Formats: sequence, structure tokens, C-alpha cells
Amino acid sequence: MQEDRYELNKNLAQMLKGGVIMDVSTPEQAQIAEAAGACAVMALERIPADIRAAGGVSRMSDPKMIKSIQAAVSIPVMAKCRIGHIAEARILEAIEIDYIDESEVLSPADDVYHIDKRAFQVPFVCGARDLGEALRRVGEGAAMIRTKGEPGTGDVVQAVRHMRKIMGEIRALTARSKDELYEAAKQLAAPYALVQYVAKNGKLPVVNFAAGGVATPADAALMMLLGAEGVFVGSGIFKSGDPAKRAAAIVRAVTHYTDAGQLAALSEDLGEAMVGINEQEISLLMAERGQ
Amino acid sequence: MSAARVGVLALQGAFREHRNMLSALGAESMEIRRRGDFARGVDGLIIPGGESTVIGMLLAEYGLLAPIRAAVRAGLPVFGTCAGLILLSKHIRTPHGTARGPLGEMDIVTQRNAYGRQLGSFRAETRFAGVGDIAAVFIRAPHVVRVAPHVEVLARVDGKIVAVRQGHLLATAFHPELTSDPRIHQYFLTLIETHRAVLGPCCREAATKN
Repeated sequence: MQEDRYELNKNLAQMLKGGVIMDVSTPEQAQIAEAAGACAVMALERIPADIRAAGGVSRMSDPKMIKSIQAAVSIPVMAKCRIGHIAEARILEAIEIDYIDESEVLSPADDVYHIDKRAFQVPFVCGARDLGEALRRVGEGAAMIRTKGEPGTGDVVQAVRHMRKIMGEIRALTARSKDELYEAAKQLAAPYALVQYVAKNGKLPVVNFAAGGVATPADAALMMLLGAEGVFVGSGIFKSGDPAKRAAAIVRAVTHYTDAGQLAALSEDLGEAMVGINEQEISLLMAERGQ
Repeated sequence: MSAARVGVLALQGAFREHRNMLSALGAESMEIRRRGDFARGVDGLIIPGGESTVIGMLLAEYGLLAPIRAAVRAGLPVFGTCAGLILLSKHIRTPHGTARGPLGEMDIVTQRNAYGRQLGSFRAETRFAGVGDIAAVFIRAPHVVRVAPHVEVLARVDGKIVAVRQGHLLATAFHPELTSDPRIHQYFLTLIETHRAVLGPCCREAATKN
């Protein structure tokens, strides 16, 4: 991949900042998301909560379904491929997807290797639980990072844990002396040049969003307060009582995340939130897929 | 005269990049999210890149459209990049037809997503009138399809209009804030200074009173 193309792909993520990316399964849902103020949508046949409920192998969505969503909205459209599934990623590139999510929500196709994302023209976003994982994905060519969280649960605890970990490790790196960075890179199992970048700049070299378990405006604001630059909401919207209203409230909560008065108003009368499952109650931890 | 204070609309998108650029140039900046932020007074306003649908919707909901329009008419300098260009355009063209721009203060017609999806995003060299050769970054960018006679075309790429100025209003289809070249922001700061000199020190108050 040309360096120019990689820069342009990182730049698109910069335009998404301060925004909410919503999981949608139909053109109608995509239009509801766009009307509520989503800055992008993630097209997938089954949202994570349903994938979790159905069990079995979960794969890339039908390209026809993704194309119907591309035709329904003017905002960027993302879609997921399985970890390591080069062919699924090529298919998504062929239908001119705006961003590919190489995602642990789907069943991994490769339990060792991630996709060499630098070999593609379209951008990739990848999940991470800590700084080392984030930098390994950036090293492979990811143009955007998100926390893994625990998708489809409505429980924000893992997204919080991952964001805290990543931000804490970034802060720690900035305090290291130059000669300590080699050892830090070894400990993090991350490319040295990227470790150097983080130590110098105090931030990831790409945009960092929160994902996994965000269900309320307050959850979204919490992730922003912890340092997220934007938020993915999966099952939280279309598994709730009033998706349009909740979607709109989460978008506004991300813009006004420091304004508690606004957040209080936005949290009123949203109808039922998705039921949710606590992390102790689930047997499948999607976040552990792909290291 | 004190350093210019520039408001940066911070509803969604790449507003921090603009603030970094302004601070590198020694200008003061503040984030504008609500009507109250705007009422505190600014010498200029930047509308950043992001999703124009999202920013337009939030502008209307948080009561910012009317005060910004009034301020523009009172002479407040405004600089829009990408989504900002779209929001400032009088007319916006999409595959589904033509709509009025939410702010609509520039007499131009703009085509949204003029270069297609992300695969169509690109970087190009262009000559910017009054500045010189620059590298322009286009991300799912619009371009201007028509301008009124009093609108000055500042830059073109492949014959398409990508930067315009209408008096105190400046707009680009590309993102100077994503490069390390501060000249376009400097151009805007100069535009602010010129207008402050003409309008006098009272302009900050008058321009944002509504």
C-alpha cells in the first residue's frame, strides 16, 4: 500500500471523530441511524447480541445486503470480515466499502495471522485490549483502532477495562527514557517505531474509538471521558425499546460528553435499554479472539 | 490589536486538528458546541470536516444556525473545510436531488461525495490564489459545481473548483488542517485581521450578538 493511501485512510477516521458508528442490518435501520446522526454505519446481517444467541460460525455478511445499505445512505458504510480472512476482505474492497472491520465478533478464520492490511487500498479498523495489541494491528496497517469490549452484552465493563489499559499504557510510555523504549517495545510485543511514536506524542498514531457493550448515552459519555475519540454502538440501539430515540440521544451524548446537564436531559425517557448480560454470565469471550 | 480569537465548531469531526493549526500560528481558539459558547464572542469561525449530515443536524438542534447566519451577515469571517464547505453552500447536490444548505450563506452550488467513496479519496497538488502551490487532501470530498459572479475561485483540481472566497467567507473542499502546511490557516487569519481593521474593535460584539 502506498504511504499516501494509508494517510488518506487514517484521515477518514479523523473525520469520524466525535461521532457514533452504528451497527445496522437493513436499509431501513441504516436510514434510522443516519437520521439520528450516525457518522457511519456498520452493515452486518446479525448484530452481535444475535450472533451470541445463535451460536455457530459467524461470517462476512452477504454483499448484496451490504450494497443495499450503501445505496440507502450517504454516510460511510463499514462491514466486518473474519480475522485473517483475506478473501472476505478482498470481496469487501471490491464492493468499495469505506472501512473494513477485521472483527473478533465474527468467528476467526485464522488463529495465528491477521490480514496484511497494507496490501489493501481500503482502510481497516481493528479491535484491541491493550497498547501492544493496538500497535501490532497498526503495524499490520490498521488505519483506526477500537477497544474490543465484549460485543453483544450491553455490559460496558470490558470496553472500560480496555480503554483504561490502553490510555494508561500510553501515559506510562511517555514517562520512559529513550533507552528504555527498546525494552518497552519488547514487553508490549509491538513494533519499535510505533512505540517511539507513542512515547513522543502521547497518543496512538491512529484514531481510537470505543466499542463493545455501549448501551446508554451515559455509557457513550463515559467512554469519551476515558479518552475515546468516538463510539461504536452495536446491539445497544436496535435491541432497545425505541431505537431512533436512543440512537439520537447517544449521538448527542458524544458531542456533549462533558455537559452533565445535557446528559441528564438526553437520558430521560428513552424506553427500555437492551437487557444485557453480565460478563460473568457468558461463556464465549469474543475479546479473546485474535491477539 | 490583540491576537484573534477563533471559534471552532466542535459538534463532530476533525475540530482538534484546526485548533492545533491555529495554536501553532499563535491564534487563540475555542470550541463551539452550543449557542452560549458562540455568544461569548469570536473574531472568526471555522466549520471543520466531518459528516455534514451530522453537523448540520446538530447545528439546527442546538440553536446555532440563526446566530451564525446573523453573525455572517454582520461580517464575521468564516472558514469551512469539506463538510464546512457543504454547510455554507446555498445549494447542495446529491444523487437524490438538490437541497438548500443549512447555513446557505455562500452563493455556490456544491456536489456532495463528488469523488465517490473512500477509494476515491486522494491527494493533489494545486495552486491556491494568493498563497502558491499547496498539497491538498480530499477525503470523500465535495466540489463546487457553480459559483455566483461575486464569488472568487481560489483553486481548481482537474478543472473542478475546490476553493472559493466570497468576501469574508472562505471554503475549501480539501483539508488544510490535515497537513503540516499552515498557509491556508494563515490566509484565514489575515482575512480576519483585515475585517477587524475595517469593522473596528466593536465587531466581535456586534458580529455575534443576536
